[in-house]
Amino acid sequence: MKILPPVSIEARRLLPSPWDLLAAVLVLGFIVAFADASRLLIQPLSVVSGQDLSLDPALLPGYALRTAFRMLLAMGVSLAFTFAYATWAAKNPRAGTLLVPLLDVLQSVPILGFLSVTVVWFLSLSPGRVFGAELAAVFAIFTSQAWNMAFSFYQSLRTVPDELNEAGRMFGLSSWARFWRIEAPFAIPPLVWNMMMSMSGGWFFVTLSEAISVGHTTIALPGIGSYIAVAIAHKDVGAILWAIFAMLVVILVFDQLLFRPLVAWADRFRVGDAQSEDLPQSWVLTMLRRSRLIDWMTAPFEQMMRWSYRFQPPSFGVRAALRETDSRAAGFIWYAFLALLGGYAAWRVFSFTVTWITWREFFLTVGLGFLTMTRVMVLILLASLIWTPVGIYVGLRPRLTRIVQPVAQFFAAFPANILFPLAVSVIVAWSLNPEIWLSPLMILGTQWYILFNVIGGARTIPRDLMDAGENFNVKGWLWWKRIALPAVFPHYLTGAITASGGTWNASIVAEVASWGEHTERAHGLGAYITDATLAGDFHSVVLGIAVMSFFVVVVNRLFWQPLYWYAERKFRLG
Amino acid sequence: MTNLLEVRNVRRTFPRGGGEDLLVLDDVNLTLTEGEIVGLLGRSGSGKSTLLRLIAGLARPQGGSLTYMGTPIEGPAQGVAMVFQSFALFPWMTVLENVQLGLEALGLPQGEIRRRALAAIDLIGLDGYESAYPRELSGGMRQRVGFARAVVVHPNILLMDEPFSALDVLTAENLRTDLIELWGQKQLPTKGIILVTHNIEEAVLMCDRVLLFSSNPGRVASEIRIDLPQPRDRTSPAFEEYVDRIYVEMTARRVERMRQVQAQGASIEMPLTHVSPNLISGLIEALAAAPYNGKADLPDVAYEQELEVDELFPVAEAIQLLRLADVEGGDIKLTHMGKRFADGEMNERKEIFSRALIAQVPLAAHIKKVLDERASHSAPKTRFLDELEDHMAEDTAEETLKTVVSWARFAELFSYDDDAALFSLENPT
Repeated sequence: MKILPPVSIEARRLLPSPWDLLAAVLVLGFIVAFADASRLLIQPLSVVSGQDLSLDPALLPGYALRTAFRMLLAMGVSLAFTFAYATWAAKNPRAGTLLVPLLDVLQSVPILGFLSVTVVWFLSLSPGRVFGAELAAVFAIFTSQAWNMAFSFYQSLRTVPDELNEAGRMFGLSSWARFWRIEAPFAIPPLVWNMMMSMSGGWFFVTLSEAISVGHTTIALPGIGSYIAVAIAHKDVGAILWAIFAMLVVILVFDQLLFRPLVAWADRFRVGDAQSEDLPQSWVLTMLRRSRLIDWMTAPFEQMMRWSYRFQPPSFGVRAALRETDSRAAGFIWYAFLALLGGYAAWRVFSFTVTWITWREFFLTVGLGFLTMTRVMVLILLASLIWTPVGIYVGLRPRLTRIVQPVAQFFAAFPANILFPLAVSVIVAWSLNPEIWLSPLMILGTQWYILFNVIGGARTIPRDLMDAGENFNVKGWLWWKRIALPAVFPHYLTGAITASGGTWNASIVAEVASWGEHTERAHGLGAYITDATLAGDFHSVVLGIAVMSFFVVVVNRLFWQPLYWYAERKFRLG
Repeated sequence: MTNLLEVRNVRRTFPRGGGEDLLVLDDVNLTLTEGEIVGLLGRSGSGKSTLLRLIAGLARPQGGSLTYMGTPIEGPAQGVAMVFQSFALFPWMTVLENVQLGLEALGLPQGEIRRRALAAIDLIGLDGYESAYPRELSGGMRQRVGFARAVVVHPNILLMDEPFSALDVLTAENLRTDLIELWGQKQLPTKGIILVTHNIEEAVLMCDRVLLFSSNPGRVASEIRIDLPQPRDRTSPAFEEYVDRIYVEMTARRVERMRQVQAQGASIEMPLTHVSPNLISGLIEALAAAPYNGKADLPDVAYEQELEVDELFPVAEAIQLLRLADVEGGDIKLTHMGKRFADGEMNERKEIFSRALIAQVPLAAHIKKVLDERASHSAPKTRFLDELEDHMAEDTAEETLKTVVSWARFAELFSYDDDAALFSLENPT
C-alpha cells in the first residue's frame, strides 16, 4: 500500500496563507476558551474513579476489555467525523478553504494538550460521575485519530478519477448514490491504512487518558492505563509485565479481528489493474464472506441503501440555476460568520495573552521549545542512522521481511508509555542523567515508523535496478550512496516525518516520568506542559500548547516539507 | 577465433513451496565467439532471460559450467555488461551520472571517467542530454542511455535482454539500425553480443546465429545460422524464408507434443496457459474472413493482426487444443467446428465452445461432473486445486484453474465466485 505523507506536508506552499492564520487563531481561541472555562470549573480535590483498582492480574482481561471498548468508540466517532468533515470540505469549496488549514493546525496541537484543557470541562458535564471522564478519554483518543483520517478521505474525494464520476453522472446517479457507490469505495484503501496508523497512536493515548491528574482532579478510569499507573505507584514490576502482556494480546486481537479483514476487504477497491504480489489474506474475512448468516443479516441494509439510491434530486438544471442566485447571499453570510468567529477568537486570544502572559514566561517556553526540538531532532537522526541500514538490509531479503515487517508494525502500534516505568526504574537504579536518558523514551514508540517505511521502500526497488548495480560491480559505500539510500529516501522521509510528529507528542509524557516516589525530570517544553497540567495552571498549559504547535508547524514547513517535495521530485521510482 | 563464453550443460531450478523444484533450464549449451551476435529466441517461460542472468553472474546454476574468457563465472564479471528490457536507469541520476556509474565502480580517476562517459554518450547519440533525468526522456532515448551505460565500460560481452520490446515499433527499428550500423563499423567497444528476444524478425535482422529455446523446461531446441550480409533487407525472399523456417520450428514441436498428449487420452494433469476467450474468438473470426478464408500462414497472421509471437502462439495452441483449428507446419487451418464457430451467433458459439471444453479439456469435464454429482451443485476451489497440485507446481496449477474458469465462464458451463472461492452450477439471478 502506498504510504501517505502527513497533512501539513501535502501543502506545497511555504508561507502561511490568510486562511492558515485564521485557522490558527480559531484553534487557539477554542483552546483558550476551554482553558478559561476549566479554570472556573475546577474543584478542589476531587477524585473520579469507577472503582478501586486492584493489581490482581485476574482482573486484567476486564480492564483490557474496557480499554479496547473506549478505543473502538473513539474510532467510531473518528469515522463519523471523517465522513462528515472531509465530505463537507471536499464538496463545498468555500468551506474547504478554511477546513483544510484547520486540519493542519489541529494536527500539530499536542494531543495531551487537548486532554489537559478539556478534561475538566468534560467532568463538569457530570460532576462526580465517571461518565465525564470516559467522555474526556474518548475525546483524547479521537483527537489522536481523526485528523489524518479526515485528511486522507478528503484527498481521496478530491482525486476520484474524472471518468468514474462522469460515468456515474451519465447513468443519472444522485450525488448521494455517487458518494456511496463511487467516491467512498475509491477512498477506502487509503482510509483503512490511515485508520491503522491512527489506531497505533490511539493506544498510546487511551492508556494515558485513563490515569491523569489535572490540578487537584485525579482521574482513574478502570483500564490497562490506570492499572499501570497504580503499578508504578506501587513499584510492582510483575504487574507491569502482566499489563504489557495484556496489551500485546489486545493489539494482536485487534489486528486479527479488525484490521486484517479490513485490509483484505479494502483491497478490492483499489483502482487499476496492477495485482499486488501477495494479496492480503484474512481468515476472518474469508469466514465472513462464506457465512450465510452474515449475508442474511446484512441483506436488509443493502436493500435499504439500494432503495435510497433511487431518490433523484430535483433536476440538475434547476439546481444549477438556483445556486447561481443564492450563492452570493450564502457567501456573504459565510464570510460574515467567519469574520465574527475569527474576531471573537482573536479577542479571546489577545485578552488572554495580555492578562496572563509575561515576556519572561514567553521566552522561557520558547527556550524550552528549542531544548525539546533539539532532543527530537537528535533522536530522529540517531534512529535514522540505526534503522535505515537495517531496513534496507531487511527489505532486500523477502524471507526476512516477512518476519520483521509485521513485528515492526506491531511495535509501532504498541503504546510505548507502558514501557516507561521499566526504563525509569533503570534510570533511578543507576542514577543516570535524566536530561539525556529520559530522551530515548520519546522515540521508543515512534522509531518503528522509520524502520517499516524503509523496509517498505527497499521492497519496492525494482529487481532490474538492483541487477544493474550488481552487473556494473557497484559495491560497498558506492552502492549505499548511489543506489540503496536514494532508492528508499522518499519512503524514509515519510517515516521520519511521522516519527517526528509522534516524538513531539510523546515528549509531554517522556520528559517527566516517575517510578514509585521517584520522579525524573528533563528540562523541555513537554515537561513544562506536564507540570502545568499537574498544577492546574491553565494559562501555562495554553501557552505551552501554543508554542509547541508553533514549533511543530514551523519545523514541518521549513524542514520536512521542502525535503519531502525534493524527494518526491527526484527520487520517486517509476 | 577465441571463445568469449562457453556454457556447458547448464541446469537451473527454482524452489517451489511444497513440491518439486521448477526446472527452468535443462542441459543448455552455448558458445559465443569473437565478433558474433547470438540470438536467444523463445517464448516467455523458456528460460532465456534466466540464462542471461546466469551469464551476467547475477544468479548461479544448479549444474553445469559457465566460463568467460577461460575463467569460471562466479559472480558479476568485469567485462560483461547488460542492457535491460525495462532500461533499469536510476531515476535520481542524470544521464551522465547513470553512464558514469559503471566507471566509478571500476575506481577510475575522475578525469578518465568523465572523458569516457562523454565519449560513450556521443557514440550512442545522446549529445545534449547529459544533464537530463531519465523521466524527462522518451522510451527510445532512455534505452540509448541503457546502451551507453553498458558500452562505456568497454565490455567484452554485451548482454541484451529484450532491449527493444518496451519501445514502439518505429523507435525500436530506429535503435536497431543504429546499433547494427555501429557494430558493422566496429565502433562498439565490445567483442560479442548476446541478444534475448521473442521477436523472430528482430532475431533474423540482427543475429549471426539464433538459438531456438523450447519451454518447460527451457532447452536449446535447435540452432539456425543466418547467412545474410548486413545490412539485411526485411523484404528480401531470403529473409522471409528464415522467418518462416523459425516459425515452423517453433510451432511444430509443441503442437506435436500436444497431439501426443491428447491422443494418449489426456487427463486433468494437462497444464493450460491462460488465453482470453475474446482473443480466441477474435482469431477464429479473422481466420474465417478474407483473405485467409479458413487457412493462413502463421507469420502472415502475426504480422497482419499485429500479434507478437508471444501472444500468437498461445492463442493458436488454445484453438488447436479445442480442435477448432489445426496447426501444421507454419500454417493454421480452421476445422469444421471452427468454421461453424466463426459463422455462429453468440449462443451458438457458447454452445460449440462448451462442447469443445467438455470433449477436449479433461479438467473442465471433471469439474462439471463433480458439480453435477454433488447435491449442493457447488465445490470449493481448493477441492480442485489440491488435486492439480498433486501433478504440477503450485502456480501452474493456479494458472490452469484460472484458465478453465475463464473459458467455462464464456461457455456458461459452470460459474465461479471469487469471494467465496466456490465453483457452482448456478448462475447469479
